[in-house]
Amino acid sequence: MNYNWNWGVFFDPSPEGVGTYADMLLSGLLWTLATALCSWIIAFALGSIIGVMRTLPSKLANAIGTGYVELFRNIPLLVQMFLWYSVVPEILPQAWGDWLKQLPNASFYTAVVCLGFFTASRVAEQVRTGIETLARGQRMAGTALGLTTAQTYRYVLLPNAYRIILPPLTSEFLNNMKNTSVALTIGLLELTARARSMQEFSSQVFEAFTAATVIYLLISLVVVTLSGLLERRVAVPGSR
Amino acid sequence: MSATAAPAAVKPMISIDSISKWYGPVQVLKDCTTQVTKGEVVVVCGPSGSGKSTLIKTVNALEPIQKGSITVDGIGVQAKGTNLPKLRSRVGMVFQHFELFPHLSITDNLTLGQRKVLGRSNEDARTRGLKLLDRVGLSAHAHKYPGQLSGGQQQRVAIARALSMDPIVMLFDEPTSALDPEMVGEVLDVMVNLAREGMTMMVVTHEMGFARKVANRVVFMDRGEIVEDATKDDFFDKPRSDRAQTFLSKILAH
Ligand SMILES: Nc1ncnc2c1ncn2[C@@H]1O[C@H](COP(=O)(O)OP(=O)(O)OP(=O)(O)O)[C@@H](O)[C@H]1O
Ligand SMILES: [Mg+2]
Repeated sequence: MNYNWNWGVFFDPSPEGVGTYADMLLSGLLWTLATALCSWIIAFALGSIIGVMRTLPSKLANAIGTGYVELFRNIPLLVQMFLWYSVVPEILPQAWGDWLKQLPNASFYTAVVCLGFFTASRVAEQVRTGIETLARGQRMAGTALGLTTAQTYRYVLLPNAYRIILPPLTSEFLNNMKNTSVALTIGLLELTARARSMQEFSSQVFEAFTAATVIYLLISLVVVTLSGLLERRVAVPGSR
Repeated sequence: MSATAAPAAVKPMISIDSISKWYGPVQVLKDCTTQVTKGEVVVVCGPSGSGKSTLIKTVNALEPIQKGSITVDGIGVQAKGTNLPKLRSRVGMVFQHFELFPHLSITDNLTLGQRKVLGRSNEDARTRGLKLLDRVGLSAHAHKYPGQLSGGQQQRVAIARALSMDPIVMLFDEPTSALDPEMVGEVLDVMVNLAREGMTMMVVTHEMGFARKVANRVVFMDRGEIVEDATKDDFFDKPRSDRAQTFLSKILAH
Protein backbone atom coordinates (compact mmCIF):
# COMPACT_ATOMS: atom_id res chain seq x y z
CA MET A 1 0.00 0.00 0.00
CA ASN A 2 1.35 3.34 -1.00
CA TYR A 3 -0.01 5.64 1.57
CA ASN A 4 1.63 8.77 2.85
CA TRP A 5 1.06 8.85 6.56
CA ASN A 6 1.00 12.37 7.83
CA TRP A 7 -0.21 12.82 11.38
CA GLY A 8 0.83 16.44 11.24
CA VAL A 9 -2.06 17.12 8.85
CA PHE A 10 -4.29 18.17 11.74
CA PHE A 11 -2.22 21.31 12.16
CA ASP A 12 -2.32 22.25 8.50
CA PRO A 13 -4.63 25.09 7.67
CA SER A 14 -8.02 23.90 6.52
CA PRO A 15 -9.36 24.94 3.11
CA GLU A 16 -11.95 27.07 4.85
CA GLY A 17 -9.38 29.79 5.25
CA VAL A 18 -9.53 30.09 9.01
CA GLY A 19 -8.13 27.53 11.42
CA THR A 20 -6.61 24.11 11.00
CA TYR A 21 -8.08 20.71 10.21
CA ALA A 22 -8.13 20.11 13.96
CA ASP A 23 -10.36 23.17 14.41
CA MET A 24 -12.60 21.82 11.69
CA LEU A 25 -13.03 18.50 13.49
CA LEU A 26 -13.58 20.32 16.75
CA SER A 27 -16.40 22.35 15.24
CA GLY A 28 -17.86 19.07 13.90
CA LEU A 29 -17.64 17.61 17.39
CA LEU A 30 -19.51 20.58 18.85
CA TRP A 31 -22.34 20.20 16.32
CA THR A 32 -22.46 16.47 17.06
CA LEU A 33 -22.73 17.13 20.78
CA ALA A 34 -25.30 19.90 20.39
CA THR A 35 -27.44 17.76 18.09
CA ALA A 36 -27.14 14.70 20.34
CA LEU A 37 -28.06 16.59 23.52
CA CYS A 38 -30.90 18.66 22.10
CA SER A 39 -32.49 15.68 20.34
CA TRP A 40 -32.10 13.59 23.49
CA ILE A 41 -34.16 16.10 25.46
CA ILE A 42 -37.02 15.68 22.98
CA ALA A 43 -36.51 11.90 22.84
CA PHE A 44 -36.54 11.52 26.61
CA ALA A 45 -39.58 13.71 27.25
CA LEU A 46 -41.65 12.50 24.31
CA GLY A 47 -40.50 8.89 24.72
CA SER A 48 -41.53 8.92 28.37
CA ILE A 49 -45.00 10.22 27.49
CA ILE A 50 -45.47 7.67 24.70
CA GLY A 51 -44.12 4.85 26.86
CA VAL A 52 -46.49 5.76 29.69
CA MET A 53 -49.40 5.94 27.24
CA ARG A 54 -48.77 2.34 26.24
CA THR A 55 -49.19 1.25 29.87
CA LEU A 56 -52.29 3.29 30.71
CA PRO A 57 -55.63 1.56 31.22
CA SER A 58 -57.03 3.38 28.18
CA LYS A 59 -57.46 1.78 24.77
CA LEU A 60 -57.10 5.10 22.99
CA ALA A 61 -53.85 5.97 24.77
CA ASN A 62 -52.50 2.46 24.01
CA ALA A 63 -53.40 2.80 20.34
CA ILE A 64 -51.75 6.21 19.99
CA GLY A 65 -48.64 4.98 21.77
CA THR A 66 -48.38 1.81 19.70
CA GLY A 67 -49.01 3.69 16.48
CA TYR A 68 -46.29 6.18 17.27
CA VAL A 69 -43.71 3.53 18.10
CA GLU A 70 -44.46 1.40 15.06
CA LEU A 71 -44.36 4.40 12.73
CA PHE A 72 -41.10 5.90 13.91
CA ARG A 73 -39.29 2.66 14.63
CA ASN A 74 -39.98 1.07 11.28
CA ILE A 75 -39.10 3.84 8.83
CA PRO A 76 -35.34 3.95 8.23
CA LEU A 77 -33.75 6.93 9.95
CA LEU A 78 -32.21 8.11 6.67
CA VAL A 79 -35.65 8.26 5.09
CA GLN A 80 -37.05 10.12 8.08
CA MET A 81 -34.23 12.64 7.82
CA PHE A 82 -35.14 13.36 4.18
CA LEU A 83 -38.83 13.54 5.01
CA TRP A 84 -38.30 16.13 7.74
CA TYR A 85 -35.90 18.12 5.61
CA SER A 86 -37.53 18.08 2.20
CA VAL A 87 -41.14 17.03 2.56
CA VAL A 88 -42.32 18.57 5.82
CA PRO A 89 -41.61 22.21 4.78
CA GLU A 90 -43.59 21.58 1.59
CA ILE A 91 -46.71 20.18 3.22
CA LEU A 92 -46.84 22.88 5.90
CA PRO A 93 -48.79 26.07 5.14
CA GLN A 94 -46.74 28.16 2.68
CA ALA A 95 -45.69 30.83 5.18
CA TRP A 96 -44.43 28.30 7.72
CA GLY A 97 -42.55 26.36 5.05
CA ASP A 98 -40.84 29.52 3.80
CA TRP A 99 -39.96 30.51 7.34
CA LEU A 100 -38.43 27.07 7.95
CA LYS A 101 -36.38 27.17 4.76
CA GLN A 102 -34.80 30.54 5.47
CA LEU A 103 -33.98 29.59 9.07
CA PRO A 104 -30.23 29.75 9.73
CA ASN A 105 -28.90 26.31 10.69
CA ALA A 106 -32.06 24.69 9.33
CA SER A 107 -30.27 21.36 9.04
CA PHE A 108 -29.43 21.49 12.75
CA TYR A 109 -33.03 22.07 13.84
CA THR A 110 -34.26 19.47 11.41
CA ALA A 111 -31.77 16.92 12.68
CA VAL A 112 -32.71 17.66 16.31
CA VAL A 113 -36.41 17.19 15.65
CA CYS A 114 -35.92 14.14 13.44
CA LEU A 115 -33.60 12.34 15.86
CA GLY A 116 -35.73 13.40 18.81
CA PHE A 117 -38.87 11.84 17.31
CA PHE A 118 -37.00 8.75 16.13
CA THR A 119 -35.20 8.06 19.42
CA ALA A 120 -38.41 8.81 21.33
CA SER A 121 -39.89 5.62 19.88
CA ARG A 122 -36.98 3.65 21.30
CA VAL A 123 -37.08 5.42 24.67
CA ALA A 124 -40.83 4.72 24.77
CA GLU A 125 -40.23 1.00 24.44
CA GLN A 126 -37.73 1.08 27.30
CA VAL A 127 -40.08 3.08 29.53
CA ARG A 128 -42.93 0.69 28.79
CA THR A 129 -40.76 -2.33 29.57
CA GLY A 130 -39.59 -0.71 32.79
CA ILE A 131 -43.13 -0.05 33.97
CA GLU A 132 -44.28 -3.53 32.99
CA THR A 133 -41.35 -5.12 34.81
CA LEU A 134 -42.70 -3.67 38.05
CA ALA A 135 -45.66 -6.04 37.79
CA ARG A 136 -49.17 -5.07 38.74
CA GLY A 137 -48.49 -5.08 42.45
CA GLN A 138 -46.84 -1.68 42.68
CA ARG A 139 -49.57 -0.03 40.66
CA MET A 140 -52.20 -1.67 42.88
CA ALA A 141 -50.40 -0.58 46.04
CA GLY A 142 -50.35 3.03 44.86
CA THR A 143 -53.94 2.91 43.72
CA ALA A 144 -55.10 1.25 46.94
CA LEU A 145 -53.51 4.05 48.97
CA GLY A 146 -55.76 6.48 47.12
CA LEU A 147 -53.16 7.92 44.76
CA THR A 148 -54.60 8.98 41.41
CA THR A 149 -53.26 7.37 38.26
CA ALA A 150 -51.05 10.40 37.63
CA GLN A 151 -49.71 10.33 41.18
CA THR A 152 -49.08 6.59 41.01
CA TYR A 153 -46.93 7.13 37.92
CA ARG A 154 -45.20 10.17 39.34
CA TYR A 155 -44.34 8.83 42.79
CA VAL A 156 -44.28 5.06 42.38
CA LEU A 157 -44.01 3.65 38.86
CA LEU A 158 -41.71 6.07 37.06
CA PRO A 159 -39.03 6.47 39.76
CA ASN A 160 -38.70 2.69 39.81
CA ALA A 161 -38.96 2.22 36.08
CA TYR A 162 -36.22 4.77 35.32
CA ARG A 163 -33.91 3.04 37.77
CA ILE A 164 -34.50 -0.29 36.06
CA ILE A 165 -33.95 1.07 32.55
CA LEU A 166 -30.95 3.29 33.21
CA PRO A 167 -28.50 0.90 31.45
CA PRO A 168 -30.60 0.44 28.27
CA LEU A 169 -31.35 4.18 28.25
CA THR A 170 -27.61 4.80 28.25
CA SER A 171 -27.30 2.66 25.11
CA GLU A 172 -30.14 4.57 23.52
CA PHE A 173 -28.38 7.81 24.34
CA LEU A 174 -25.22 6.52 22.65
CA ASN A 175 -27.18 5.25 19.65
CA ASN A 176 -28.74 8.69 19.36
CA MET A 177 -25.31 10.29 19.49
CA LYS A 178 -24.02 8.01 16.75
CA ASN A 179 -27.16 8.57 14.67
CA THR A 180 -26.35 12.29 14.48
CA SER A 181 -23.96 11.33 11.66
CA VAL A 182 -26.98 10.58 9.46
CA ALA A 183 -27.64 14.32 9.50
CA LEU A 184 -24.69 14.87 7.21
CA THR A 185 -27.08 13.84 4.44
CA ILE A 186 -29.07 17.01 5.02
CA GLY A 187 -25.98 19.15 5.24
CA LEU A 188 -25.25 19.29 8.96
CA LEU A 189 -21.52 19.80 9.39
CA GLU A 190 -21.15 17.38 12.28
CA LEU A 191 -18.16 15.24 13.09
CA THR A 192 -18.49 12.61 10.37
CA ALA A 193 -19.18 15.25 7.72
CA ARG A 194 -16.10 17.14 8.87
CA ALA A 195 -13.92 14.03 8.77
CA ARG A 196 -15.17 13.38 5.26
CA SER A 197 -14.38 16.84 3.97
CA MET A 198 -10.98 16.70 5.65
CA GLN A 199 -10.33 13.47 3.78
CA GLU A 200 -11.48 15.01 0.50
CA PHE A 201 -9.28 18.07 0.79
CA SER A 202 -6.16 16.55 2.32
CA SER A 203 -6.43 12.98 1.01
CA GLN A 204 -5.41 11.80 4.48
CA VAL A 205 -8.34 9.40 4.82
CA PHE A 206 -6.92 7.25 7.61
CA GLU A 207 -5.88 10.16 9.80
CA ALA A 208 -9.26 11.86 9.38
CA PHE A 209 -11.33 8.82 10.24
CA THR A 210 -9.00 7.61 12.98
CA ALA A 211 -9.52 10.96 14.64
CA ALA A 212 -13.31 10.73 14.22
CA THR A 213 -13.36 7.17 15.56
CA VAL A 214 -11.29 8.07 18.59
CA ILE A 215 -13.52 11.04 19.32
CA TYR A 216 -16.70 8.91 19.10
CA LEU A 217 -15.11 6.34 21.39
CA LEU A 218 -14.09 9.00 23.88
CA ILE A 219 -17.63 10.39 24.00
CA SER A 220 -18.96 6.87 24.64
CA LEU A 221 -16.44 6.37 27.40
CA VAL A 222 -17.44 9.60 29.10
CA VAL A 223 -21.16 8.83 28.77
CA VAL A 224 -20.78 5.29 30.12
CA THR A 225 -18.74 6.58 33.05
CA LEU A 226 -21.28 9.28 33.88
CA SER A 227 -24.12 6.80 33.59
CA GLY A 228 -22.32 4.45 35.98
CA LEU A 229 -21.92 7.29 38.48
CA LEU A 230 -25.59 8.19 38.12
CA GLU A 231 -26.57 4.56 38.61
CA ARG A 232 -24.64 4.38 41.86
CA ARG A 233 -26.04 7.73 42.95
CA VAL A 234 -29.69 6.68 42.54
CA ALA A 235 -29.22 3.07 43.66
CA VAL A 236 -31.69 2.09 46.35
CA PRO A 237 -30.10 0.75 49.54
CA GLY A 238 -30.79 -2.94 50.03
CA SER A 239 -31.91 -3.61 46.44
CA ARG A 240 -30.22 -6.38 44.62
CA MET B 1 -79.51 -16.36 60.93
CA SER B 2 -76.81 -16.71 63.56
CA ALA B 3 -76.55 -15.66 67.17
CA THR B 4 -73.56 -13.33 66.76
CA ALA B 5 -74.71 -11.57 63.62
CA ALA B 6 -75.23 -7.86 64.10
CA PRO B 7 -78.79 -6.61 64.49
CA ALA B 8 -80.41 -5.54 61.26
CA ALA B 9 -80.37 -1.90 62.31
CA VAL B 10 -76.57 -1.75 62.15
CA LYS B 11 -75.46 -0.44 58.82
CA PRO B 12 -72.89 -2.75 57.22
CA MET B 13 -69.41 -1.28 56.71
CA ILE B 14 -68.95 -3.39 53.59
CA SER B 15 -71.93 -4.70 51.70
CA ILE B 16 -71.30 -7.00 48.76
CA ASP B 17 -74.52 -7.57 46.90
CA SER B 18 -74.90 -10.28 44.23
CA ILE B 19 -71.68 -9.46 42.41
CA SER B 20 -70.40 -11.33 39.37
CA LYS B 21 -67.18 -10.92 37.48
CA TRP B 22 -65.82 -12.40 34.29
CA TYR B 23 -62.35 -12.54 32.77
CA GLY B 24 -63.35 -12.81 29.15
CA PRO B 25 -65.59 -15.89 28.97
CA VAL B 26 -64.49 -17.21 32.38
CA GLN B 27 -66.71 -16.30 35.30
CA VAL B 28 -64.51 -15.89 38.39
CA LEU B 29 -67.13 -14.49 40.80
CA LYS B 30 -70.62 -15.96 40.76
CA ASP B 31 -73.37 -13.97 42.40
CA CYS B 32 -71.46 -13.38 45.64
CA THR B 33 -73.23 -11.74 48.56
CA THR B 34 -71.85 -11.00 52.01
CA GLN B 35 -71.51 -8.20 54.53
CA VAL B 36 -69.05 -6.96 57.05
CA THR B 37 -70.38 -4.86 59.90
CA LYS B 38 -68.41 -2.31 61.86
CA GLY B 39 -65.85 -3.87 64.15
CA GLU B 40 -66.29 -7.29 62.62
CA VAL B 41 -63.43 -9.54 61.49
CA VAL B 42 -64.35 -11.74 58.53
CA VAL B 43 -61.95 -14.40 57.32
CA VAL B 44 -62.22 -15.46 53.69
CA CYS B 45 -60.81 -18.86 52.80
CA GLY B 46 -61.06 -21.46 50.08
CA PRO B 47 -58.96 -23.43 47.62
CA SER B 48 -56.48 -21.79 45.30
CA GLY B 49 -58.13 -20.07 42.37
CA SER B 50 -61.51 -19.88 44.09
CA GLY B 51 -61.67 -16.10 43.71
CA LYS B 52 -60.69 -14.86 47.18
CA SER B 53 -58.20 -12.26 45.97
CA THR B 54 -60.56 -11.14 43.26
CA LEU B 55 -63.42 -10.76 45.74
CA ILE B 56 -61.41 -8.70 48.21
CA LYS B 57 -60.04 -6.48 45.45
CA THR B 58 -63.50 -5.62 44.24
CA VAL B 59 -64.18 -3.91 47.57
CA ASN B 60 -61.86 -1.00 46.76
CA ALA B 61 -62.44 -1.31 43.02
CA LEU B 62 -58.97 -2.59 42.21
CA GLU B 63 -60.94 -5.17 40.25
CA PRO B 64 -64.04 -4.00 38.39
CA ILE B 65 -67.22 -6.11 38.46
CA GLN B 66 -69.79 -6.63 35.73
CA LYS B 67 -72.85 -7.32 37.87
CA GLY B 68 -74.12 -6.50 41.32
CA SER B 69 -73.05 -3.72 43.64
CA ILE B 70 -70.78 -3.00 46.57
CA THR B 71 -71.03 -0.27 49.16
CA VAL B 72 -68.38 0.78 51.65
CA ASP B 73 -69.69 2.83 54.58
CA GLY B 74 -72.80 3.51 52.51
CA ILE B 75 -70.92 4.76 49.47
CA GLY B 76 -71.50 2.88 46.22
CA VAL B 77 -68.18 1.65 44.84
CA GLN B 78 -69.58 1.41 41.32
CA ALA B 79 -71.74 4.53 41.61
CA LYS B 80 -71.08 7.17 38.94
CA GLY B 81 -70.21 10.11 41.16
CA THR B 82 -68.01 8.21 43.61
CA ASN B 83 -64.55 9.67 44.17
CA LEU B 84 -62.62 6.41 43.98
CA PRO B 85 -59.22 7.69 45.19
CA LYS B 86 -60.94 9.14 48.25
CA LEU B 87 -62.88 5.96 48.91
CA ARG B 88 -59.74 3.85 48.48
CA SER B 89 -57.82 6.04 50.89
CA ARG B 90 -60.30 5.05 53.59
CA VAL B 91 -59.89 1.34 52.86
CA GLY B 92 -56.52 -0.01 53.96
CA MET B 93 -55.11 -2.85 51.90
CA VAL B 94 -52.30 -5.29 52.66
CA PHE B 95 -50.95 -7.50 49.88
CA GLN B 96 -49.40 -10.93 49.82
CA HIS B 97 -46.11 -9.55 48.51
CA PHE B 98 -46.08 -6.43 50.73
CA GLU B 99 -45.68 -4.04 47.80
CA LEU B 100 -43.77 -1.45 49.73
CA PHE B 101 -42.32 1.21 47.45
CA PRO B 102 -38.73 -0.01 47.07
CA HIS B 103 -37.22 3.37 46.19
CA LEU B 104 -38.60 5.12 49.27
CA SER B 105 -37.33 4.89 52.83
CA ILE B 106 -39.64 3.29 55.39
CA THR B 107 -40.57 6.77 56.63
CA ASP B 108 -41.41 7.94 53.11
CA ASN B 109 -43.42 4.78 52.51
CA LEU B 110 -45.45 5.72 55.57
CA THR B 111 -45.93 9.37 54.62
CA LEU B 112 -46.45 9.32 50.84
CA GLY B 113 -50.18 8.60 50.97
CA GLN B 114 -50.77 10.92 53.91
CA ARG B 115 -49.10 13.80 52.10
CA LYS B 116 -50.33 13.27 48.56
CA VAL B 117 -53.82 11.94 49.24
CA LEU B 118 -54.80 13.40 52.59
CA GLY B 119 -52.80 16.59 52.18
CA ARG B 120 -51.12 16.35 55.56
CA SER B 121 -48.01 18.40 56.22
CA ASN B 122 -44.61 16.70 56.22
CA GLU B 123 -44.21 16.95 59.98
CA ASP B 124 -47.72 15.79 60.70
CA ALA B 125 -47.39 12.81 58.36
CA ARG B 126 -44.00 11.96 59.80
CA THR B 127 -45.18 12.07 63.39
CA ARG B 128 -48.14 9.83 62.64
CA GLY B 129 -46.03 7.48 60.52
CA LEU B 130 -43.41 7.04 63.20
CA LYS B 131 -46.07 6.43 65.82
CA LEU B 132 -47.47 3.61 63.69
CA LEU B 133 -44.02 2.23 63.05
CA ASP B 134 -43.58 2.07 66.81
CA ARG B 135 -46.88 0.27 67.07
CA VAL B 136 -45.66 -2.50 64.76
CA GLY B 137 -42.38 -2.61 66.67
CA LEU B 138 -40.08 -1.23 64.00
CA SER B 139 -39.12 2.26 65.23
CA ALA B 140 -35.45 1.46 64.80
CA HIS B 141 -35.85 0.97 61.05
CA ALA B 142 -37.41 4.29 60.02
CA HIS B 143 -34.46 5.39 57.90
CA LYS B 144 -33.97 2.05 56.13
CA TYR B 145 -35.28 0.94 52.76
CA PRO B 146 -37.69 -1.97 52.17
CA GLY B 147 -34.93 -4.09 50.62
CA GLN B 148 -33.05 -3.95 53.90
CA LEU B 149 -35.86 -5.49 55.95
CA SER B 150 -36.98 -9.11 56.33
CA GLY B 151 -40.28 -10.20 54.83
CA GLY B 152 -42.03 -10.12 58.17
CA GLN B 153 -40.75 -6.64 58.88
CA GLN B 154 -41.80 -5.44 55.43
CA GLN B 155 -45.30 -6.77 55.94
CA ARG B 156 -45.56 -5.00 59.30
CA VAL B 157 -44.49 -1.77 57.60
CA ALA B 158 -47.11 -2.42 54.92
CA ILE B 159 -49.75 -2.71 57.64
CA ALA B 160 -48.51 0.53 59.21
CA ARG B 161 -48.63 2.19 55.79
CA ALA B 162 -52.26 1.17 55.36
CA LEU B 163 -53.07 2.38 58.88
CA SER B 164 -51.41 5.74 58.21
CA MET B 165 -54.44 6.69 56.13
CA ASP B 166 -56.76 6.23 59.15
CA PRO B 167 -58.82 3.60 57.34
CA ILE B 168 -62.33 2.68 58.40
CA VAL B 169 -61.76 -0.87 57.22
CA MET B 170 -58.73 -3.03 56.44
CA LEU B 171 -58.44 -5.64 53.69
CA PHE B 172 -55.75 -8.33 53.81
CA ASP B 173 -54.95 -10.66 50.91
CA GLU B 174 -52.98 -13.63 52.27
CA PRO B 175 -50.68 -11.36 54.29
CA THR B 176 -48.56 -14.22 55.63
CA SER B 177 -48.43 -16.71 52.79
CA ALA B 178 -45.29 -15.25 51.20
CA LEU B 179 -43.41 -15.29 54.51
CA ASP B 180 -40.92 -17.75 55.93
CA PRO B 181 -42.69 -19.73 58.66
CA GLU B 182 -40.74 -18.11 61.47
CA MET B 183 -42.03 -14.67 60.46
CA VAL B 184 -45.70 -15.49 60.26
CA GLY B 185 -46.22 -15.00 63.98
CA GLU B 186 -44.97 -11.42 64.17
CA VAL B 187 -47.37 -10.34 61.41
CA LEU B 188 -50.33 -12.23 62.86
CA ASP B 189 -49.66 -10.64 66.26
CA VAL B 190 -50.03 -7.19 64.72
CA MET B 191 -53.25 -8.26 63.03
CA VAL B 192 -54.66 -9.80 66.20
CA ASN B 193 -54.00 -6.57 68.10
CA LEU B 194 -55.67 -4.61 65.36
CA ALA B 195 -58.71 -6.85 65.51
CA ARG B 196 -58.90 -6.53 69.30
CA GLU B 197 -58.78 -2.76 69.01
CA GLY B 198 -61.98 -2.97 67.03
CA MET B 199 -60.76 -2.53 63.46
CA THR B 200 -63.19 -3.77 60.81
CA MET B 201 -61.26 -6.37 58.84
CA MET B 202 -61.74 -8.63 55.85
CA VAL B 203 -58.89 -11.13 55.74
CA VAL B 204 -58.08 -13.70 53.09
CA THR B 205 -55.95 -16.26 54.91
CA HIS B 206 -55.40 -19.92 55.49
CA GLU B 207 -54.18 -19.28 59.03
CA MET B 208 -57.00 -21.02 60.83
CA GLY B 209 -55.40 -20.25 64.18
CA PHE B 210 -55.90 -16.57 63.42
CA ALA B 211 -59.48 -17.23 62.36
CA ARG B 212 -60.22 -19.11 65.58
CA LYS B 213 -58.65 -16.39 67.68
CA VAL B 214 -60.27 -13.24 66.31
CA ALA B 215 -62.68 -13.92 63.46
CA ASN B 216 -66.37 -13.28 63.94
CA ARG B 217 -67.33 -14.95 60.68
CA VAL B 218 -65.78 -17.14 58.04
CA VAL B 219 -66.62 -16.91 54.35
CA PHE B 220 -65.71 -20.04 52.42
CA MET B 221 -65.33 -19.76 48.66
CA ASP B 222 -65.00 -22.36 45.95
CA ARG B 223 -64.98 -21.88 42.18
CA GLY B 224 -66.08 -18.27 42.38
CA GLU B 225 -68.98 -18.91 44.72
CA ILE B 226 -69.48 -18.12 48.36
CA VAL B 227 -70.32 -21.61 49.49
CA GLU B 228 -70.50 -20.91 53.18
CA ASP B 229 -70.90 -17.73 55.20
CA ALA B 230 -71.10 -18.67 58.85
CA THR B 231 -70.08 -17.64 62.33
CA LYS B 232 -66.64 -18.87 63.26
CA ASP B 233 -67.96 -21.55 65.57
CA ASP B 234 -70.48 -22.83 63.09
CA PHE B 235 -67.87 -22.95 60.37
CA PHE B 236 -65.32 -24.90 62.35
CA ASP B 237 -67.67 -27.12 64.33
CA LYS B 238 -70.39 -27.92 61.83
CA PRO B 239 -69.56 -26.87 58.28
CA ARG B 240 -72.64 -27.53 56.20
CA SER B 241 -71.19 -28.13 52.75
CA ASP B 242 -69.07 -31.08 51.69
CA ARG B 243 -66.64 -28.74 50.02
CA ALA B 244 -65.99 -26.82 53.22
CA GLN B 245 -65.57 -30.05 55.15
CA THR B 246 -63.04 -31.36 52.64
CA PHE B 247 -61.20 -28.05 52.69
CA LEU B 248 -61.08 -27.94 56.47
CA SER B 249 -59.88 -31.50 56.84
CA LYS B 250 -57.09 -30.80 54.37
CA ILE B 251 -55.98 -27.55 55.88
CA LEU B 252 -56.18 -28.65 59.50
CA ALA B 253 -54.30 -31.84 58.69
CA HIS B 254 -50.98 -30.05 58.40
N1 LIG C 1 -55.95 -11.14 35.31
C1 LIG C 1 -56.60 -12.31 35.17
N2 LIG C 1 -56.97 -12.74 33.95
C2 LIG C 1 -57.64 -13.90 33.81
N3 LIG C 1 -57.97 -14.72 34.82
C3 LIG C 1 -57.61 -14.35 36.06
C4 LIG C 1 -56.91 -13.13 36.31
N4 LIG C 1 -56.69 -13.03 37.63
C5 LIG C 1 -57.25 -14.13 38.17
N5 LIG C 1 -57.80 -14.93 37.25
C6 LIG C 1 -58.50 -16.19 37.49
O1 LIG C 1 -59.55 -15.93 38.38
C7 LIG C 1 -59.73 -16.98 39.28
C8 LIG C 1 -59.71 -16.47 40.69
O2 LIG C 1 -58.42 -15.97 40.99
P1 LIG C 1 -58.03 -15.42 42.41
O3 LIG C 1 -56.66 -14.89 42.33
O4 LIG C 1 -59.08 -14.50 42.89
O5 LIG C 1 -58.05 -16.72 43.28
P2 LIG C 1 -57.59 -16.93 44.78
O6 LIG C 1 -58.71 -17.59 45.47
O7 LIG C 1 -57.10 -15.66 45.34
O8 LIG C 1 -56.42 -17.97 44.61
P3 LIG C 1 -55.03 -18.09 45.43
O9 LIG C 1 -55.34 -18.84 46.68
O10 LIG C 1 -54.18 -18.91 44.50
O11 LIG C 1 -54.51 -16.72 45.66
C9 LIG C 1 -58.63 -17.99 38.99
O12 LIG C 1 -59.17 -19.03 38.23
C10 LIG C 1 -57.63 -17.22 38.18
O13 LIG C 1 -57.00 -18.06 37.26
MG1 LIG D 1 -55.18 -14.97 45.96
